[in-house]
Amino acid sequence: MSKQVFDGEKKLLFFLEYSENNYHFHLKESRVPIMKKRYLASALVLFAVGSLFVGVSSISPMDLLDLSEEQLHVLWNSRLPRLMSILLAGAGMSVCGLIMQQLSRNKFVSPTTAGTMDSARLGVLVSLMLFTSASPLVKMSVAFLFALLGTFIFMKILDRIKFKDVIFVPLVGLMFGNIISSITTFFAYERDLIQNMSAWMQGDFSLIVTGRYELMFLSIPFMIAAYIFANKFTIAGMGEDFAVSLGLKYRTVVNTGLVLVAFVTSSVLLTVGMIPFLGLIVPNIVSIYQGDNLKKNLPHTAMLGALFVLVCDILGRMIIYPYELPINLTVGVLGSGIFAWLLIRRRSREA
Amino acid sequence: MVSASNVVKFFGKKKVVQDVSIRIEKGKITSLIGPNGAGKSTLLSIVSRLITSDEGEVKIDELDIAKCRGNELAKKISILKQANHMTLKLTVRELVSFGRFPYSQGKLTAEDERYVDEAISYMQLADLEDSYLDELSGGQKQRAFLAMVIAQDTEYILLDEPLNNLDMKHAVQMMKVLRRLVDELGKTVVIVIHDINFASCYSDNIIAMKNGRVVREGTVHDIIKPCVLKEIYDMDINIEDINENKICVYYA
Repeated sequence: MSKQVFDGEKKLLFFLEYSENNYHFHLKESRVPIMKKRYLASALVLFAVGSLFVGVSSISPMDLLDLSEEQLHVLWNSRLPRLMSILLAGAGMSVCGLIMQQLSRNKFVSPTTAGTMDSARLGVLVSLMLFTSASPLVKMSVAFLFALLGTFIFMKILDRIKFKDVIFVPLVGLMFGNIISSITTFFAYERDLIQNMSAWMQGDFSLIVTGRYELMFLSIPFMIAAYIFANKFTIAGMGEDFAVSLGLKYRTVVNTGLVLVAFVTSSVLLTVGMIPFLGLIVPNIVSIYQGDNLKKNLPHTAMLGALFVLVCDILGRMIIYPYELPINLTVGVLGSGIFAWLLIRRRSREA
Repeated sequence: MVSASNVVKFFGKKKVVQDVSIRIEKGKITSLIGPNGAGKSTLLSIVSRLITSDEGEVKIDELDIAKCRGNELAKKISILKQANHMTLKLTVRELVSFGRFPYSQGKLTAEDERYVDEAISYMQLADLEDSYLDELSGGQKQRAFLAMVIAQDTEYILLDEPLNNLDMKHAVQMMKVLRRLVDELGKTVVIVIHDINFASCYSDNIIAMKNGRVVREGTVHDIIKPCVLKEIYDMDINIEDINENKICVYYA
């Protein structure tokens, strides 16, 4: 076809079609330039290496050539584990949010707004009550089961709700999470475990040392599985009708997604603690600049999530040096700002 | 051929489909018509296995859909529902590529890419293939979804009110495309449609439903008659022959 010849005409036609339907404002809306994966990766490497040299005991890049025994010890047993846990927690929670948003078909659903985190915490409490000195693996297994059950119940509630408003759904999730959380608090008070439990409420990287975070590595295969399932999750995100028409076992795929989310969430909860907003804002930012094709988004989401937590953590370590701000505070302040912006942006686009 | 025999479906205690048996002829457009609440969409959803019937069976080319694997069925029959408002932000090309999922499970081969290209050009979406769905007008979006179904390359294509929210121009365009799918590509198309005149002008066969039952089935000539339409819609409808089409006049 003589494409060249008709190009101008076609453009005109499309312009007319757009303006005819009052869609011409879309033409003005400039596409956000695609953030390149390699920029994201290089920023991540830069901050990751940089983070190794931020902390109370001074280690400078120059020292690397001639490390004292103490410096080596700090680097190997504290700084490196901390970095690893930040990267895994950031990537993990963001990927969980992304999967949950696709499966629930709601941009504001995430482990912290759907009761997943709260259920996992209840699981930790139960494991503490049942087996007083439970090993981390036992705690994690119980937390995982509870997180899975909680998320599953939330999805069931979601099925029953007729009024599926974008904001209403996460509100239901938050209420659900709060109910579970109050159950946890009640039993924690009763059994005098409240001190013990609060450790799992606040996300904290400062306590991460060798031997306390290795559980997180278990989440890596689950994230790889998420990538393998990515196309199926996207189709499930199109809705059950589409999914069935394309021959997908819809329920199986949704349940697989919930298992992945519950596992990664509980592994993060048990090692680092609760980090708010992460699963919410990171996937949304990625979605704004490159849509909702999960296969395409997963690497971006994982890297951006890791980068976001890393930057927040470095800030937290530097602002009141030599003391530290908890990660919840920095992520919370930055996160709530970005979250508010997302809401306003969404409202003004809908209006 | 698609055949449904003795299909029954309850919603709660209400019987929305009552003992329906139909046969859908290959290589034709069959329209399901009837008043609101007649059970047309429910029947379409049952035939396309989106919902399961409480009684009766549906066979596609002698295969019982209840026993067939989902993935195999997805190569034979596809459905586009009226409630297909999709929230995912995908580009047109990404959407159409997912039509190849039953064949590729997500890893597109060169052959899959060819089907995607063909579907996009068939629906004249080449210039829009990198646009996101939420940037498109209603008519363009509908075309994109149909392109996805074309890429899925099923013999049977079921559409639930495909003209919903389309203006006259786009509605005519859509019906012409469906006609071409049947005449040029040999597909079998089944649509649920409210506009009786579109059904009259573009379909080969019509199945009329009322209160969960099939009241009439036959060719356009058998159904588009004042006495038959009176039975279906409980209203007097004049029929005029205009340019060899039977046009129902019922506005006043």
